[in-house]
Amino acid sequence: MSYEAWILIVGSLAGICCGITGCFLILRRLAMLADAISHTVLLGMVLAFLISQSLNGFYMLIGAAAIGVLTAVFVQLLHSSGIQEDASIGVVFTFLFAVGVILLSLYADHVHLDVDHALMGEITFVPWDLVKWGFLPELPKAFLMLTTVLIINLLIIILFYKELKITSFDPQMAAAIGVPVLLIHYILMGMVSMTTVASFDSVGAILVVAMLIAPGASAYLLTDKLNIMLIMSALLGVAAAIIGYYLASWLDVSISGSMATVNGVIFAIFFFFAPHKGVLSKRWSQRKLKLT
Amino acid sequence: MDDVIKISLADANTQWVLLGTILLGISSGVLGSIALLRKQSLIGDAVAHASLPGICVTFLLLGEKSLFPLLIGAAISGLLATFCIQAISSYSIIKEDTAIGLVLSVFFGLGIVLLTKVSQSSVGNKSGLNDFIFGQAAALVGSDVKLMAGAAALLTVITWLLFKELKVLTFDPEFAKGLGLPTKLLNFVFLTLLVSAIVVGIQAVGVILMAAMLITPAISARYWTDSLARMIVLSGVFGAISGVFGTIFSTFGTGLATGPFIVVTATFIFFISLLFAPERGLLTKWVKRLRLNKRLQHELVLRKEGKSYQ
Repeated sequence: MSYEAWILIVGSLAGICCGITGCFLILRRLAMLADAISHTVLLGMVLAFLISQSLNGFYMLIGAAAIGVLTAVFVQLLHSSGIQEDASIGVVFTFLFAVGVILLSLYADHVHLDVDHALMGEITFVPWDLVKWGFLPELPKAFLMLTTVLIINLLIIILFYKELKITSFDPQMAAAIGVPVLLIHYILMGMVSMTTVASFDSVGAILVVAMLIAPGASAYLLTDKLNIMLIMSALLGVAAAIIGYYLASWLDVSISGSMATVNGVIFAIFFFFAPHKGVLSKRWSQRKLKLT
Repeated sequence: MDDVIKISLADANTQWVLLGTILLGISSGVLGSIALLRKQSLIGDAVAHASLPGICVTFLLLGEKSLFPLLIGAAISGLLATFCIQAISSYSIIKEDTAIGLVLSVFFGLGIVLLTKVSQSSVGNKSGLNDFIFGQAAALVGSDVKLMAGAAALLTVITWLLFKELKVLTFDPEFAKGLGLPTKLLNFVFLTLLVSAIVVGIQAVGVILMAAMLITPAISARYWTDSLARMIVLSGVFGAISGVFGTIFSTFGTGLATGPFIVVTATFIFFISLLFAPERGLLTKWVKRLRLNKRLQHELVLRKEGKSYQ
């Protein structure tokens, strides 16, 4: 397959993975916790590298998922010891990220894991980073990782759809009928960490936040139904990835940055023009009401 | 080790850098503690990330790296970000945390796009712009520090002058409105102060970790006192200490960014406060409970024995 096609496929897969996970984050008001996790994942990957001395994607996934869940646990601990939630998020993620950056600049500066790469990703190298898995032909590593994570995410969402839905909209009710609310919360945090790592190569640890939150937020402005919101969010994620890629190659700038910017532009368009919840459409329908 | 510290402290440039980080620690500690109580800490995080596009646009327009205009550009895009967050969360069903995350990441993405544009442009000295991401206090020179010192002193004085008004606004906004205070104007003034404090700090700490300078010293100070004035002073002191030690640690290796070390020092102070603060510290609470249990047991035993004698 051609070079361009691989980049588009990997970008779209990242868009779908992030889009469907992001919907739950928005509904549960966990957007900032996801932001925190996307920063701390760096520490997980650095530790995985230092312990295993290899850049194997599998170890990185495990390390990142562990640190991601640990971030959520630390925030929960500080919050329950009486610190307001936003402050506990701020303290935990800046500390873990700072430790990650220090370890990276002390021990791992000679490998392909460097700080700029971690922040911005390098999707242009994705098609050349090939690996062979089992009976499959040689495929880009990022493609395999994203496909694996997408399958895991879809399985979790399909198997626990009811539980995820009820804990998102009415956690008290969920707890009352015996749904393990906290377990579902940590499963979701694990999903976020794995999605972040898998998208790490293509979009980088910080811009993945844009891909997690923006498509879901735009989809939230378009519909009131969870299943439609999930599908729309995935579609918008793909659209932003593809438009972002062509825009970046036209202007010759960072691909991941341009994907994030396009995500923001799409949100801005829906913020003003969404059929029922857009600012301008609301104003327009008010005026029509006045005239009649 | 002592000699290394002595030599590096004797160096004029290091003295400038230390002075700069102390001042920025004070100003961000002071404004951070009010932001913390107003639950606006994470807005500070968003402002810090969002200052990147402003810096890049100013650089592209001017074609040179002089600190003052860059900071003005950063402040404008930071204020724009707070405006976007407020507009999104008040005019649509999107909640504030989603709005913060969205604005933060999209502005940062735009900043990265502009940064790649800057690195392709033919203008001269552009090497310093990357330092804004993680902070490089070692790159500060005398004139930069004078600017930072002036700004930090001005911010602290304005906060001191507006202390009473800000206090009412923080704890009881309704009452402030009832008193006839211009709450909207005060909100705007506070946000401008906060944005300026962040913008002054990004040179040394970097846009990603700047949030820690606002949050961590303030939350540590909260453990030691209940009075706002004392909390602000303590938080400024904690900020200054983190600035000094972070800078010293980062000079031990070559090419280490200052930001992460400042943050780790600030978090260390936070852990000490979390454990040992009088009344609120976890360890002090635990010791107190242990003592209480012992006393209760002792009293119960006395009462039981008393009963058996009757």
